[in-house]
Amino acid sequence: MKSTQQLERQLKRHSKAARLESWGRFISFSALLLIVAVVVGIIGFVASKGIATFATNHVSLWDFLTEKTWNPNIKDAHGNPEVGALPMIVGSFLITILSAIVATPFAIGTAVFMNEISPNRGAKILQPVTELLVGIPSVVYGFIGLSVVVPVTRAVFGGSGFGILSGTCVLFVMILPTVTSMSTDALKAVPRYYREASLALGATQWQTIYKVVLRAATPGLMTAVVFGMARAFGEALAVQMVIGNAALMPSSLVAPASTLTSVLTTGIGNTVMGSLQNNALWSLALVLLLMSLVFNLIIRLIGRKGRMQA
Amino acid sequence: MNSKTQNKMAIGALYGIAGFVVLILLALLGYILISGTPQLSWHFLTAPAKAFLKGGGVGVQLFNSFYLLFLAMLISFPIALGAAIYLYEYAKNNWLTTTIRTAIEILSSLPSVVVGLFGFLFFVVKLRLGFSILSGAFALTFFNLPLLTRSIEDSLRTISETQREGGLALGLSRWETVTKVILPAAVPSILTGVILSAGRVFGEAAALIYTAGQSAPALNFMDWNPFNISSPLNPMRPAETLAVHIWKINSEGIMPDAKAISSGSSAVLVLAILIFNFAARYLGKRLYKRLTSA
Repeated sequence: MKSTQQLERQLKRHSKAARLESWGRFISFSALLLIVAVVVGIIGFVASKGIATFATNHVSLWDFLTEKTWNPNIKDAHGNPEVGALPMIVGSFLITILSAIVATPFAIGTAVFMNEISPNRGAKILQPVTELLVGIPSVVYGFIGLSVVVPVTRAVFGGSGFGILSGTCVLFVMILPTVTSMSTDALKAVPRYYREASLALGATQWQTIYKVVLRAATPGLMTAVVFGMARAFGEALAVQMVIGNAALMPSSLVAPASTLTSVLTTGIGNTVMGSLQNNALWSLALVLLLMSLVFNLIIRLIGRKGRMQA
Repeated sequence: MNSKTQNKMAIGALYGIAGFVVLILLALLGYILISGTPQLSWHFLTAPAKAFLKGGGVGVQLFNSFYLLFLAMLISFPIALGAAIYLYEYAKNNWLTTTIRTAIEILSSLPSVVVGLFGFLFFVVKLRLGFSILSGAFALTFFNLPLLTRSIEDSLRTISETQREGGLALGLSRWETVTKVILPAAVPSILTGVILSAGRVFGEAAALIYTAGQSAPALNFMDWNPFNISSPLNPMRPAETLAVHIWKINSEGIMPDAKAISSGSSAVLVLAILIFNFAARYLGKRLYKRLTSA
């Protein structure tokens, strides 16, 4: 009897390879879970801190999003703290949209040039240079903005030179390589026979590019632009160095302003954990986080729409 | 206007745009290297920074950058490798996998300042690690994980399906196939991905300001005991990196040669990125040749 039991156990036991297999599967799955936990942790922590302004300090969400005075140290006539985040929100959006508007034609134009007109030169010069520039640290962009863009703006438009315009210039150069290289990928994905068919119909090269290639690549190009916008929106240091850091409604493009990220970088170290001033900053971080989720969603929607057409 | 002239004009305009972009990009690189390289000297690269006087260097910051990079890579590589293996080799195509992929995408699109703030909240305050190399390394890990995972997954994708079938047909388990067949074949492209992501981590500053801190205490480079406070290896000391240093001296620096130091440091950063890029290409190609005897 005993020997049959032993035999049964021996037969039913997992082999060494099987144990190794489940072990490896377990390890690799835990690594994946860890990443998911990090994402959930970040969103959870920032959200819980960001909501504190409204939950514990009883600031109304509407006031936070629409009031124009950011001065968390002072209370207004009604005894409510002055935490109107509108100037920063406007600053962030303005700078993002402006830099995307400026960068898009250049990026797409360059991508078209690299892909359609001069693939040889594109591959030899433009591709390596853009790839390299994608990797340049943002503080370097900020430093160049500070030592080149700001003085030029000051000389041309007067004032201090700090402001939305300088920020836009810096972000334009910063997102240009990213948007260009993603647009190039989008154009590369357009099948060759589209172009051949168009040229065979007697279309000129420009007609082919404009009426066929760009139309077919639209979802990819839009993804590239939104991706660039997401990067511009979340960029902290390069913007903070050239924007002037005045939490005021931007009255002109050359007046000092601020963005969500710039207020966060300068402010979070100077406030006490758990105080209203600190909570208000975390609310700004929450806005930033939610916007990055929105950008993510837009990219997804574009991707889905693009797939259905194809 | 007939379509031929239109064609010529449009293509001329595209030439103009591309030329302009090349000009901007080259001017940018040229400016960094031309204004920065004259500052570089052995003294600049090794001397400690000075707060009020001229002639400080970036020795400590440079060391901190590399040490943080090393630690961040040490933590993030195994995690990213495991995650990528599971995602590509094991995961079924179902809602769970889709959700996980979405989570990774979200993490990669989060602004680095948000990642830094989370690091501040969690590691510096909650876990009481203080402004330290360790907090900074964790923040950089979070910043790096999604990018590295994706790049390793892409490397696994380039390995032909027949290799997997071959491994399984020989009676190897899936895990053995991955570790003995797929990974060795994928090493060159994984290495390229790792080096490229190292370049990104090396220049990151926003995630570090509130985790690794903004001060660089003097180090005693003779003391290699990681438990001593002045030892370079001590992971609990605050450590300003080169990128943070550039930001710091430009926003609140008071040394008279702040501009020279920033241009020197920018040049060092850009040169390091250049070296990372070339190393990635070169090593990738070389390893590929050696491993595949192509």
